Amino acid sequence: MKIVLEHLTKRYPNLNRKIRTDVIAVNDFTFEIPDGKLIGLLGPSGCGKSTTLNMICGLEAPTSGRIWFGEEDVTDLPAERRGVGMVFQSYALYPHLTVRQNIMFPLENLKGADRLTKQEMEARVLEAAKMVQIDQLMDRKPSEMSGGQQQRVAIARALVKMPRVLLLDEPLSNLDARLRLQTREEIRRIQRETGITTIFVTHDQEEAMSISDMIVVMEAGVLNQIGKPQEVYDDPVNLFVAKFLGTPPISVFEGKVKGGRLYLGQDCVMDVPGLPDRTVTVGVRPEGFDPDPQGTMTCGLRAVEVMGRDTSIVAEHPACPVPIRAIISTEDLPEEGAATVRFRLKPAKVHLFDPGTGERIRL
Amino acid sequence: MSAQNGNAAGGDGKRAVSTRTEVRRHAVLSQIKPWLYLLPALIFLGIFMVYPLFDVLIYSVEEGYNSASQTYFGIGGYNYAYVLRDPFFLQALKNTFILVIITVPVSTGIALLISLGLHSIGRLKELFQTIFFLPYVTNTLAVGLVFMILFKKTPYSDGFMNLLITAVGGTAVDFIDGPYWAKMFVMCFYTVWVVLPFKILILTSALASVDENLYKAARVDGTSSFRIFTRITLPMISPMIFYLIITGFIGAFKAYSDEVAIFGTDLNAAGMNTIVGYVYDMLYGDSGGYPSYAAAAALILFAIVLTITCINLLISRKNVHYT
Amino acid sequence: MNTQNTYDEIGKRYRTGARIRSGITYALLTVWAVIVLFPFYWMILTSVKSYGTYNAEYVPKLWTPSPTLQNYRDAFTTVDLGRYFFNTIIFTVVTTVLMLFVIVLAAFAFSRLQFKGRDLLFTVFLSLMMIPNELVIITNFVTITDWGMRNSYWGLILPSVTSVFYIYLLKENFEQIPEELYKAAKVDGTSDLKYLWKVMIPICQPTIVTITILKVIECWNSYVWPRLITDDAAYYLVSNGIQEIRENGFGRENIPAMMAAVVVISIPLIVLFLLFHKKIMAGVSRGGTKGI
Repeated sequence: MKIVLEHLTKRYPNLNRKIRTDVIAVNDFTFEIPDGKLIGLLGPSGCGKSTTLNMICGLEAPTSGRIWFGEEDVTDLPAERRGVGMVFQSYALYPHLTVRQNIMFPLENLKGADRLTKQEMEARVLEAAKMVQIDQLMDRKPSEMSGGQQQRVAIARALVKMPRVLLLDEPLSNLDARLRLQTREEIRRIQRETGITTIFVTHDQEEAMSISDMIVVMEAGVLNQIGKPQEVYDDPVNLFVAKFLGTPPISVFEGKVKGGRLYLGQDCVMDVPGLPDRTVTVGVRPEGFDPDPQGTMTCGLRAVEVMGRDTSIVAEHPACPVPIRAIISTEDLPEEGAATVRFRLKPAKVHLFDPGTGERIRL
Repeated sequence: MSAQNGNAAGGDGKRAVSTRTEVRRHAVLSQIKPWLYLLPALIFLGIFMVYPLFDVLIYSVEEGYNSASQTYFGIGGYNYAYVLRDPFFLQALKNTFILVIITVPVSTGIALLISLGLHSIGRLKELFQTIFFLPYVTNTLAVGLVFMILFKKTPYSDGFMNLLITAVGGTAVDFIDGPYWAKMFVMCFYTVWVVLPFKILILTSALASVDENLYKAARVDGTSSFRIFTRITLPMISPMIFYLIITGFIGAFKAYSDEVAIFGTDLNAAGMNTIVGYVYDMLYGDSGGYPSYAAAAALILFAIVLTITCINLLISRKNVHYT
Repeated sequence: MNTQNTYDEIGKRYRTGARIRSGITYALLTVWAVIVLFPFYWMILTSVKSYGTYNAEYVPKLWTPSPTLQNYRDAFTTVDLGRYFFNTIIFTVVTTVLMLFVIVLAAFAFSRLQFKGRDLLFTVFLSLMMIPNELVIITNFVTITDWGMRNSYWGLILPSVTSVFYIYLLKENFEQIPEELYKAAKVDGTSDLKYLWKVMIPICQPTIVTITILKVIECWNSYVWPRLITDDAAYYLVSNGIQEIRENGFGRENIPAMMAAVVVISIPLIVLFLLFHKKIMAGVSRGGTKGI
């Protein structure tokens, strides 16, 4: 099911009554989600991503704008008529019901022509349970299960209705690190198998990047960028997106363009033909630093962190107020006891931004 | 399981159009529905709480109200003046005040002692707790009869209490039909017996909720038991003690059925009436049919209780240590 | 070495002191336990003494060699105890069921539904908790009399089917159920009523059981209202029934028969208490500390 959001806006009255202006949670969203894809809705907490999800789901009504599922305008439909399945951050399992009863709950609500017989229900429940591999635990109560298992039950309960759209609100944030990795693979697999258009909300960029077909980056109610994870990472539209994606984070310098060349402090690091003289904000991805004794950029060496496959270098540079991080391969390890390290920058990994607006300056 | 087969909510355009009106109806319904849920409560509270509240004020100022013809002479404070001059009311007022002044401190004190005792023991704690709570679930009218029998002196028998009194060298007294102070003693004793379970329960759970680490810390510092009690235990449970005192005052001022249990329904004859008893006597029974006097007496009681509660709250605000 | 002895000495003294203190504590607790239990013992004892035996004891005896059940037979035949008992059961069951219905719906509306004026209305409800029963009972007496409901079950029941306090207690409990559960149910197309019945009530079952027990105790022991509203013995409840028995019951002062009636009246609640004493005590303590 293709999902289209058209100028979707949500305003709340300000809780502080003295301030008359509304809080804009979601501001004029327009984008299209292709059928059968897994979409990561990504942004820092409070950026409006959960509100967006709730509006798609039908739990909240938009202030203006429309939502389309395929050719159907669902903006005014109540949640239960939209055919969506939702998994909540806390899983929202009914504590007094067993796994089987929890998964069956949505089916018992179907009315009229959609009504299923007892056998059909049992079959659907079992199918959904098998899909998430909890068919061994059908008679347990949620309190007798681990977080990961509860999560699976929640997914099964969302799937059992055969929804047109599956929505996941921070599905992994209540799990420990190991389970999180495992579960996100699981979500990927289930989504592939069912082919249901899936949107999941997260504030963890790594999570979103690793399993999404597309990511949508939001900031303060505004949509910043939408695209395939690698594209967004390689080609961020603004400084926020660049900073939000990637671990270790992008290093940000104050730079100057002078005579077609880019200067970081005293170091002339790159040719930027065609750009007028101006100040710029320069973002360099950790993998954009290439250690080279003849490199154009000299940094004070602070620490070398060996992480096995590659090595992370923590260094400092006068044009950057915080320590910069570079990922290099182990062969390029600087000599022990060296006080400085020199880098050459890979132009593809260097992004220039307007210091005022944060917008990308393209070469 | 694919997204395309068996769409539970249907995806065809026709259905989307037909839902439009449904949506509007849904919106209207969602504003009405909460009131439907509240309707039973609103009806009952309206008829039996809100309306009577205003009605009782009206009754209390209608002079010479006749319940048979439902007529009255005029509006004024005569009912209050009558009640305040009525010797039965003054007797009831006196009885109630004595009862309050004796039973509230005594019951709170005993409850505190017993709770401390319960808190300090290990074995049999639950058994004692259960026994002590028993009076709470008994019909006070029924058990009051037992007290009456225990304390009563009849021509056939001096009764159990007098047996004890004479055994220690005292003289037998009729506690039920005898001197005023003897009757007052039974009344207070029974009231304490009846109200203690609740107070013990509340104080025991208050004591149990004090952080054990505070005691441990104090003991490590070599604090004496007495100091631990006055400086840690008492301040920590002081909100609950004050709560019990306030509710104790309110409850004791409304004393009535315990008195009926011991002295019978004609409390005026026994000289043991209470303010609430006076209200009911004015309303109904042999002396009844005067809702205006009853209303005035009830409002006087309400004013007294309100004043005392406010004083209590003021004192507690100054002294209670809130955690 | 010397220090060691001193410590031993201190320890010994401490242990002795502790033993004495705990001995005194147990003794005092036992004294009060006897005071609490003695009336119960006395009523059972008296109820199995025959009329003749009882009146022959100028000095009451603490034991009777020949117990009899005759008094219990008298209690059910000479006076209408069975009738009072039956009335009380009807009154208790109907009042409790109706009240649960009313308060569950109201608590649900206050805790889960959004509507204009909700908070204001709830504040009004809370302030009603301060109104003493004595104040409103006068008008209620007149109202029920005007409706011609004196000496009827409905007259007994209607004024006590709401309790602001229990609405408050239940609303607090309902609100502890995570909001997400409600949202999940909404997404699944669960109606409000079904959600209330299938999710909220089962989850809040402990509170509902507590409220039920407290209400049953209250109903079983209620005296003032039944006394005001009934003067036909056919509608007496146990409380005013026992007063009736005391004043006009067995003709001659038949104390043992009276005690048999008292035992019969007390037994249901005591049995209930012995079965659920943990639940009841927890409920009273929670209800008691939450507010007046």
